Amino acid sequence: MSAAKGKPMLKARGVTRKFGGLVAVSNVDFEIPRGSISAIIGPNGAGKTTFFNVIAGIYAPTSGTIELDGKPLISPPTGAGREPILLLVPTIPFIGLAIYFLIAIGGDTGLVEGVASVSVALLGFVCALLLNIVRPAWYNRVIKRIGVTRPARPNDMVEAGLARTFQNIRLYKSLTTLENILIGMHVHMRSTFLGALFKSRQVREEEAAAEQRARELLAFVDLSGMENELAKNLPYGKQRLLEIARALASRPKLLLLDEPAAGMNPKETEEMTALIRRIRDELGITILLIEHDMRVVMGISDHITVLDHGEKIAEGLPKAIRTNPKVIEAYLGRGAAAGH
Amino acid sequence: MVTSSATTGTAQRLAAGLRLPIGIVAFLALSLAVLGIDQFVNALTLGAIYALVALGYTMVYGIIELINFAHGDVFMVGSFIALFISSSLLGNDGSITDLPLLAGSVLILFALTIGIMALVGALIERLAYRPLRRAPKLAPLITAIGVSFILQNIIQFFFGPTIVSVPQLVPIEWSIQVAGARVPLLNLFVIATSVLLMFALQLFISRTRTGRAMRTTSMDRDASSLMGVDINRTIMITFLIGSGLAGAAGVVHGLYYGNTTFSLGFQSGLKAFTAAVLGGIGNTAGAALGGFLIAFVEVGASAFGYGRWGGAIVFSLLVIFLVFRPTGLLGSHTGDRA
Repeated sequence: MSAAKGKPMLKARGVTRKFGGLVAVSNVDFEIPRGSISAIIGPNGAGKTTFFNVIAGIYAPTSGTIELDGKPLISPPTGAGREPILLLVPTIPFIGLAIYFLIAIGGDTGLVEGVASVSVALLGFVCALLLNIVRPAWYNRVIKRIGVTRPARPNDMVEAGLARTFQNIRLYKSLTTLENILIGMHVHMRSTFLGALFKSRQVREEEAAAEQRARELLAFVDLSGMENELAKNLPYGKQRLLEIARALASRPKLLLLDEPAAGMNPKETEEMTALIRRIRDELGITILLIEHDMRVVMGISDHITVLDHGEKIAEGLPKAIRTNPKVIEAYLGRGAAAGH
Repeated sequence: MVTSSATTGTAQRLAAGLRLPIGIVAFLALSLAVLGIDQFVNALTLGAIYALVALGYTMVYGIIELINFAHGDVFMVGSFIALFISSSLLGNDGSITDLPLLAGSVLILFALTIGIMALVGALIERLAYRPLRRAPKLAPLITAIGVSFILQNIIQFFFGPTIVSVPQLVPIEWSIQVAGARVPLLNLFVIATSVLLMFALQLFISRTRTGRAMRTTSMDRDASSLMGVDINRTIMITFLIGSGLAGAAGVVHGLYYGNTTFSLGFQSGLKAFTAAVLGGIGNTAGAALGGFLIAFVEVGASAFGYGRWGGAIVFSLLVIFLVFRPTGLLGSHTGDRA
C-alpha cells in the first residue's frame, strides 16, 4: 500500500462544529494519507455527515482548521470587525468628489445638485459593496493583508482541488451525460470574455479538448456510448457513475464520496468498489468516503476513522478497527464488527 | 456551449426547431397584412420595450425563482434617471438635429443609465433579497412588493406625482418612406437598439463562462456551487444585467413617449411580467417573444377600435395560457428544479 507515503493529503486539526447547543463534531483531529482510500464510519447520528460537510465547505467549522495538500483550506472567520473598513475606505474618495462638486457649483444648491452629489457618494459605496461580492483575486489579497479571513464558499473548495458526490444524486437531470461532465469542467474553462463571445480559435480548441476529455471520463466509468442520453433516463446505478465522472471532471486532488454504494444491488456495489479502486490506482486521486455498507468499507479502505457522538473513537487499518472494543461497543454488536 | 453541443440531431428535434421560426414569420406576415405598416411598426416598437423589461423578470425568476415585482419600478426609475441625465446633466430640452451631437448624447444617456440601474438592481438584491435567500418563497415576494413601493415613493418625492415630460432627443420628424407609409426613424432606432441588446444577451448567456454559470445555477444551485460556480456572484450578475436592461428600456421609453410618471412601473411591469409568463418564465428567448406578442395584441386591439380593451385582452390571454399551457410558448417543464 502506498498509503503512508509522503505528507497527508488532508489534515484537520481540532475541528468542532456546533449547531446551537448541540455539538455535532467535537475537536476532531484527522488525516487522510496521500493516495489512500479513507473512510469515515460511525453509528447513526455520530456526526459523520456534518464532518464531511465541513470538509466540503458546506458548513464553516465553529473552530479548527483544515489543510489540503499542505495549504490552508478552511479556517474559522477572523477579523470580521475590520470588514466595514473595506466598505468605507473606497467610498471616501467619492464623498470627496461629491463635496468638491457641491463647492464647485457654489452655495446655491438646489434639489437637483443635492441629488446628484449624494448619488456620486452612493456610487462609491455601491461599487465597494459589489467588489465585496465579486471578490476578484486582488481584492482577496487586500482582505488577507488587513487580517480578515472569511468562511470559504463551496466553489473555493473546488478551485482548491476538492470534488464530491452526493448521497442523493444531484445531476443536471434534463441535460445529457456529456453536458453534465462538461459543466464539471467549469472551473478549468479559462476562456476570456470576448473570446467566448466571438468563438475565437483558442475557445474552440479549449471546447474541443474539453469534449474529448469528457468522452474519456465517460469511458473511464464505463458509460461510453451514452453521451447523448439524458441524465434522468439513466438507470440508478449509472447515474451514480455519472456523478462520479462529473466530480472527476474538475480534476480534484481529493474526491469525497457520500455513500457511493447506497441503494445498489450486490453486483453494482462490486462494480462501484472496483471503480473507486481504479480512481485511486489509475488517476492517483486520494479518496474519502462515508459508507454504511461494511463490506464496502472493510473491502477497499486502507484507513478508517470511527466517529461516535461527534468524537473520534478510533482510527487505523480495517483489521484493527474490526477488533477494536470501543468500536464494537459503539455499534452495540451491529454491522461488520460483530458479523465477520 | 451546453446548448450548442446538442448533437442528437433527430428529425423530430429538427422539425420542432423549425416550427417556431415558421410560426413567427407567419404571425408577422399576418400582422403586417392586417394592421398595415404604420401599426406594424408601432407594435414592434412597443414590443421591444416590453421585451427588454420582460427579460429582467424572466432572468431573475430563472435563477432564484423569485417574481421580482420591483422590476417594473426599476424600469420606471431608469426612465427618471434618463430624464435627469438628459435634462439636468446634458442640458437638453428638446430634440437635437446635429447628428454627431445627437449620437454622443444618446450614447452617454444609454451608458450612464444602464450602468446606474445595474448598480441599483445589484444593490436591491444585496440588501433586500440576499438575506432572504433561504427563507420561504413568500418572504422575498412580499419584500419585492415593498421594494416596489419604496422606489415609487422615492421618485414621487423628488419628481412629484404628475406626468413629467422627457426630452425626445431623436427628432420625431425624421422618417423614411416604406411602401408609401411614413416610418419614423425613432421607431427604427428603438427596435434596433432593443434587438441588439437582446442578441448580445443571448450570446452572453449561451457562450461565456458566466452565462454557463447562470444556466447551471438555475438548474441546481447547490450542485453548481460544488462544480465551482460562485453562486452569490452569479446571482448578482443576473440582477446587474436584468436591471441594466430595464434601465435601457427606461431610456427608450423616455425617447419614444416623451414623458414618464412614478406609477409607470406598475402597468408596464405587469405587462412585462405577462410577457415573461407567455414566453415561458425562465426562458430569455421566450420573454422577448412574449413581449412582442403582447404588443401586437394591444396594438391590434386599438387598430380595430378596442384600444381601451387592450389591457383586458392581454390579461385574458395570460389566464388562458396559465390554464392551457402553463409552461408558456417556449418554456420546458420546470419540474426538475431543485
